[in-house]
Amino acid sequence: MSLTLQDIGRIAHLARLELDEAQAERMLTRLNGFFDIVEQMKAVDTAGVEPLAHPTAVIGQVALRLRDDIVSEPNRREANQQSAPAVENGLFLVPKVIE
Amino acid sequence: MSELYQLDVSALAAKLAGREVSSVEVTQALLARARAHADLGAYLALDEEASLAQARAADARLAAGERTPLLGVPVAHKDIFVTQDFPTTAGSRMLAGYRSPFDATVVANLAAAGAVTLGKLNCDEFAMGSGNDNSAYGPAHNPWDTSRVPGGSSGGSAVAVAARLAPAVTGTDTGGSIRQPASFTGITGIKPTYGRCSRYGMVAYASSLDQAGPMARSAKDCAILLSAMAGPDLDRDSTSLDRPAEDYAAALGQPLSADATAAQPLKGLRIGLPTEFFGAGCSADVLDTVRAALAEYEKLGATLVEISLPRTELSIPAYYIIAPAEASSNLSRFDGVKFGHRAQDYADLSDMYKKSRSEGFGEEVQRRILTGAYVLSHGYYDAYYLKAQQIRRLIAQDFQSAFAQCDLIAGPVAPTVAWKIGAKSDDPVAAYLADIYTLPASLSGLPGMSVPAGFGADGMPVGLQLIGNYFDEARLLGAAHHFQCATDWHTRAPKDYA
Repeated sequence: MSLTLQDIGRIAHLARLELDEAQAERMLTRLNGFFDIVEQMKAVDTAGVEPLAHPTAVIGQVALRLRDDIVSEPNRREANQQSAPAVENGLFLVPKVIE
Repeated sequence: MSELYQLDVSALAAKLAGREVSSVEVTQALLARARAHADLGAYLALDEEASLAQARAADARLAAGERTPLLGVPVAHKDIFVTQDFPTTAGSRMLAGYRSPFDATVVANLAAAGAVTLGKLNCDEFAMGSGNDNSAYGPAHNPWDTSRVPGGSSGGSAVAVAARLAPAVTGTDTGGSIRQPASFTGITGIKPTYGRCSRYGMVAYASSLDQAGPMARSAKDCAILLSAMAGPDLDRDSTSLDRPAEDYAAALGQPLSADATAAQPLKGLRIGLPTEFFGAGCSADVLDTVRAALAEYEKLGATLVEISLPRTELSIPAYYIIAPAEASSNLSRFDGVKFGHRAQDYADLSDMYKKSRSEGFGEEVQRRILTGAYVLSHGYYDAYYLKAQQIRRLIAQDFQSAFAQCDLIAGPVAPTVAWKIGAKSDDPVAAYLADIYTLPASLSGLPGMSVPAGFGADGMPVGLQLIGNYFDEARLLGAAHHFQCATDWHTRAPKDYA
């Protein structure tokens, strides 16, 4: 199976990336090069094998923790916004999205 | 009389504790050295005032009589850990000028132990790479041969320790990013069990794989740092293990088995050698060096056992599906709104996202995001992502079968010594293939180390990889420490930086 330029365009949109034609061509060559080594996975019999998401789950159940729903952090709006590209009156600015 | 930069963590801590030297003096000496060797590309940020303020605080604690193993000792952090006192870039244009409102837990833990931050260290962009040549801020240079890579992604970290610009540093390891640069630069590094060190404040690459660890000149120094870095962070990292950090340095003196003797301190230790790690894929100079180190282990009393990790090769596709999938999700937060780069000109919100991300991310990062978005997309999820997660379980199970026959696993860290800067830039798949010996332990979440084992082609360093079972960091460090008591590879420094 090989990806096409059209696939690259579709995935780039999903990932919110903008590639010019030359970049898309280059990406296509490299992704197809990579998917060549992925092919060997197909031959592996994984019927009935549970996917492993948390590595230490292989030796025992890993319980997902929930912490108490309490306020633990003070309001540090200024510190939190110090690296924001555009802020006004303590609000993050974005282009108009509703006409 | 040694220069201050020549001292390792243990020696510096002793001088600080004895008040022979102040933390301010040590910090100043190391900052001057870091500036003098700026051409190595190790540091991305230095801030003398910030470092000296921390050093003065450490000196005050020393003056008040406090004594801890790291009090006043300068360390530097991979620029993946967020810090309040220094900028954090993750090696990306995306985060140029970013200043975190908080410290990563690992940074805070080391600060609480009294360590002083020297600065932030170069790395591959978002920790994606194995040569440090994917950094947006330029390559880092291997001090053993500055035309070569130091490895990656913790390349700046490795350079800082190898060139004696810092006695010890932090690194992160997702697919080998502590072990491989440690091997390429002749230093010692350990990636602990997944979940040992908190990921809070570590800029995320692949959350089910990312793990922090120390890099230093010896197993002993790594043990001191790991004890301070590790430990539960249950409210802030949902995958943090609920296991207290151990006193790894104290454990170094303990016998590893009941059969141990003074002459044979590793008697009773069974070291498994995976057939798949010693095949034609590994270059002869690396294999010879690794075998010589293993012969030393036999002299120390260890028994070598042949084992098999039959799915070693599959770890490459499995890793390069799982890690990009998680990366594409993690890096979706960079949208040019709350922090990070925003494009100057754009038509609307969607255009702003696309332009900001395409301008901010480098090529390898974009490639992994695209790979990840693809394998997670409708119609491909089962065939790629789930399949890779199933293979991941098989790989982890293979290790558990192997550990029925041995206590530790050993082999090469990488198939070759460090390559020339740029040699793999045009062939990303070739770079992926070179990760083959580090990826299996990463996918399984097992602790792994690189221990200096000698020199291979062109006089470049070669590391011996040691892999332990879950939570077995103490045994790993102990096995490395006994090797280092009997050999001096870890004390060698590149001649221009000795």
